[in-house]
Amino acid sequence: MDILYLLIPISLAIVAAIAAVFLWAVKSGQFEDMEGPAHRILMDDDDHTDAR
Amino acid sequence: MEATTYNYKVVRQFTIMTVVWGIVGMLVGVLIAAQLIWPTFTEALGPLAPYLSYGRLRPLHTNAVIFAFGGCGLFAASLYVVQRTCQTRLLSDGLAAFVFWGWQLVILLAAITLPLGLTSGKEYAELEWPIDLLITVIWVAYAVLYLGTIMIRKTQHIYVANWFFGAYIVTIALLHLVNSAELPWVLGGDASGLNWWKSYSAYAGVQDAMVQWWYGHNAVGFFLTTAFLGMMYYFVPKQAGRPIYSYRLSIVHFWALNFIYMWAGPHHLMYTALPDWAQSLGMVFSLMLLAPSWGGMMNGIMTLSGAWHKLRTDPILKFLITALSFYGMSTFEGPMMSIKTVNALSHYTEWNIAHVHSGALGWVAMITIGSMYYLIPRLFGREEMYSTRLINVHFWWSTIGVVLYIASMWIAGVMQGLMWRATNMDGTLTYSFAQSVNNLYPFYYIRLLGGTMFFAGMLLMAYNMWKTIAAGKAVDDAPIPEAVHA
Repeated sequence: MDILYLLIPISLAIVAAIAAVFLWAVKSGQFEDMEGPAHRILMDDDDHTDAR
Repeated sequence: MEATTYNYKVVRQFTIMTVVWGIVGMLVGVLIAAQLIWPTFTEALGPLAPYLSYGRLRPLHTNAVIFAFGGCGLFAASLYVVQRTCQTRLLSDGLAAFVFWGWQLVILLAAITLPLGLTSGKEYAELEWPIDLLITVIWVAYAVLYLGTIMIRKTQHIYVANWFFGAYIVTIALLHLVNSAELPWVLGGDASGLNWWKSYSAYAGVQDAMVQWWYGHNAVGFFLTTAFLGMMYYFVPKQAGRPIYSYRLSIVHFWALNFIYMWAGPHHLMYTALPDWAQSLGMVFSLMLLAPSWGGMMNGIMTLSGAWHKLRTDPILKFLITALSFYGMSTFEGPMMSIKTVNALSHYTEWNIAHVHSGALGWVAMITIGSMYYLIPRLFGREEMYSTRLINVHFWWSTIGVVLYIASMWIAGVMQGLMWRATNMDGTLTYSFAQSVNNLYPFYYIRLLGGTMFFAGMLLMAYNMWKTIAAGKAVDDAPIPEAVHA
């Protein structure tokens, strides 16, 4: 199963990359507000289509 | 100068092609379902028959429904959602057009090469190396377009749907590069150059199988699950007119899926030459996946809490919520099938076909259909689709079709598994293989009926879309609202 010498490092590298992105997201305040974003997408005024 | 309108053109193009490729891909599915009942009926076509043989059409079916129908749906949804939630126009209109036409070219090449029998023989990665290279270029362009648009966003927060789309784009790039590593035969000894399109995998034997199913499972995980969850997290709240049940849970759902999904691939190789411990590892991670999957499903469905009455009158919402129910069902079924003792019964039987269609028709197709019904009127300046009644008819045809399809294949699969393992007192097999095949006929008929119903529903959708477009006008001036600063 030599292929594991490729797949396991790749998987670990990916997990490290995911962890880095996660830490960036936490530090940059992406998850400060856990209510507002859910409401905000509903208030973007995209339902009036006028009668063109 | 700063853009003041959204790029709806590329979204429109992909939306229309989603319906077109849905019809094509499902028609091929219906055709091969019929071939399983009447194996020789395409031979009446004489010299054309080889190009329509089961072995060549099956990969055409899987590629068409996953990458043409599902793919176009994802391009449309992701490029729409990223603009609306980041309140900015796409990074580049030229790049968007390149991604659209490039992807259509890939689909066209697949539709030509697969019936010709040009295949690398890897499941969901059958296309040969020249097309693989083309896919890589287009996918990188898509990644630049999508992630670049997030970079120039006007909102501070990145909405959760974008996280799902982003993870899907990055992961698919990686999976494609590793799994499609191959040596073109012209470089490896074919002096004649006559088979210049042919290539061989960079890996051999069980190593190749492991890479293939690391790819294969994550293609299911990141293409058919993560990406469509991005769709779900935008279109379910929008269509319901309510915020997602728990935004916090959606974030947990995202990170949990990402950390666990990558490791579940070996469950496709139970009882093979793959080392036993790797099989067990694949099983354990598959079982763990149940938790985030169900968390996400409940999050989507509970979004309707307090507004359940909308399900009575809104067939688009019916599509979206039914899709979530099928997502829950298939993400329960999947981990269960990865348990070794269950797998001993289910492996190589029609049960797998039931499972994959409960995911592909029930979850992927229904969430896509619902999202496209949401998008079409908005992209063509209409209040709603031409006929809500037809959406409702479409919904029931699809739902009954899926249920007929998966129930018949479940029964067929369990029956096959039980017949194969049945032994007499003296240890000989009770049934011959041909006997188990013979017993499949009634279920093949029911499956054909179910699949045909689902396909017919897509025709209704095309008609409904046509009438909506005819009555409307392409929207190219959708204004970007003033950025809201949190």
